Amino acid sequence: MIAIVDYGAGNISSVKKALEHVGAETQVTNDPQVVAVASKLVMPGVGHFCRCQGLNSNLGSAVMQSISRGIPFLGICVGMQWLFEGSTEAPETPGAALFPGQCCKFPPHVKSPHVGWNRIELRHESRLLRGIQDGAFLYYTHSFRAPVVEQTAACTYYGGTFSAAVERDNIFGAQFHPEKSGPTGLRILENFCAL
Amino acid sequence: MKTSAPSDSLNNDVLNNALSTHLAKRIIACLDVDAGRVVKGVQFEQLRDAGDPAKLAQIHAEAGADEIVMLDITATAEGRRTLVDTVRRTARHLFVPFTVGGGIRTLADAAGIFDAGADKISVNSAAVANPGLIGEIAARFGSQAVIVAVDARRGSSDVTDAEVWVAGGRKPTGLKALQWAREAEARGAGEILLTSMDRDGTGAGFDCQLTAAIAGEVSIPVIASGGAGNVQHFIEVFSAGKADAALAASIFHFGTHAVAELKQTLRDAGIPMRWPC
Repeated sequence: MIAIVDYGAGNISSVKKALEHVGAETQVTNDPQVVAVASKLVMPGVGHFCRCQGLNSNLGSAVMQSISRGIPFLGICVGMQWLFEGSTEAPETPGAALFPGQCCKFPPHVKSPHVGWNRIELRHESRLLRGIQDGAFLYYTHSFRAPVVEQTAACTYYGGTFSAAVERDNIFGAQFHPEKSGPTGLRILENFCAL
Repeated sequence: MKTSAPSDSLNNDVLNNALSTHLAKRIIACLDVDAGRVVKGVQFEQLRDAGDPAKLAQIHAEAGADEIVMLDITATAEGRRTLVDTVRRTARHLFVPFTVGGGIRTLADAAGIFDAGADKISVNSAAVANPGLIGEIAARFGSQAVIVAVDARRGSSDVTDAEVWVAGGRKPTGLKALQWAREAEARGAGEILLTSMDRDGTGAGFDCQLTAAIAGEVSIPVIASGGAGNVQHFIEVFSAGKADAALAASIFHFGTHAVAELKQTLRDAGIPMRWPC
């Protein structure tokens, strides 16, 4: 069972629908005990980084414990940003610091939010992005972006280069929305489900 | 599909945009829905039936539409709520962004639409009546989920005189479109959906002047709507009109243009498109 972690960050029905479409059994939950027994975790999230404050709790601890036990974890959008140290969007809200650096706003010379389909550039071998072409288009909608780090599996260019996907052992993050990225996105979710 | 050659200055604009970003311009298929069926009016009147929304949405997405917008066009006028069941049925097998508008008056209305599977909601009349609604929905679901739809009419006047109309294009508000777009952004809108009521349903082309004026006024993406008739109109609205996305309804439903064919032609003209689509 894949637990979809509901920490109050917006709309999660699309993620649930897409995971079920690729054959996964899911449960939306904010219960640390359900998180503890899940075989995989998906943490969506749209909107303001301050919502991650909801992870400063037993729920967040349960997520961290599962991650340290090697349970595959996929953070989407703000759910990926949470994997970093924090975001200038809500400096008082800590991230999980599983990847280094802070998420920052786009520079003023580009329109923000970054909305629409943009290309990814593959950086290194990735289990999450297996079978995805270099230059594939994925759907984005966000105003803050994560830095490019050693564990960046793919990056995207918009007012500079940012992390489109990060990957380290059992920890995966996607800034784009796989659940809204057509067949390419569904393939990425399939890859995660098959781990 | 025939296109006339774009002018040199137009090509330069497009090229500059392409160099600064790979972000694709979006082609959005719009389903105007009345009582659970897709219809499309000419200047919001004379509705013609073009089918089942769930089926059409999926057909458009598979054909390469970058997004789907569903507008319950009679909801406001008749005081009805958007048909949540239609949204749920349409969202079920749709894996591209899905926006729903029409008759959303409160945060609770919006929450019901999101729960049914929409990714974004579009507000129009209710936002004009209660601008605080934009911020309320944005605070709960994020700005990316809130589109403010601006239906503007200017006749032969200057773009600065374009006026906002509500209630499905039946009621003038006295609000200037440019000023309202700026306020909508300040209150937390993530995108502006600009419909030229002068052009809507005419197939005479988008109002590029008005679109460019709004795009220059706000820093959030602008979706141009109203008037798409041929591929040249799309080239114009993405270059001279500075639109981030273009929305059309009837030209897709009635098979005038396959989306993939339209996107191929736009790519050939140097407009960045999601490809393969």
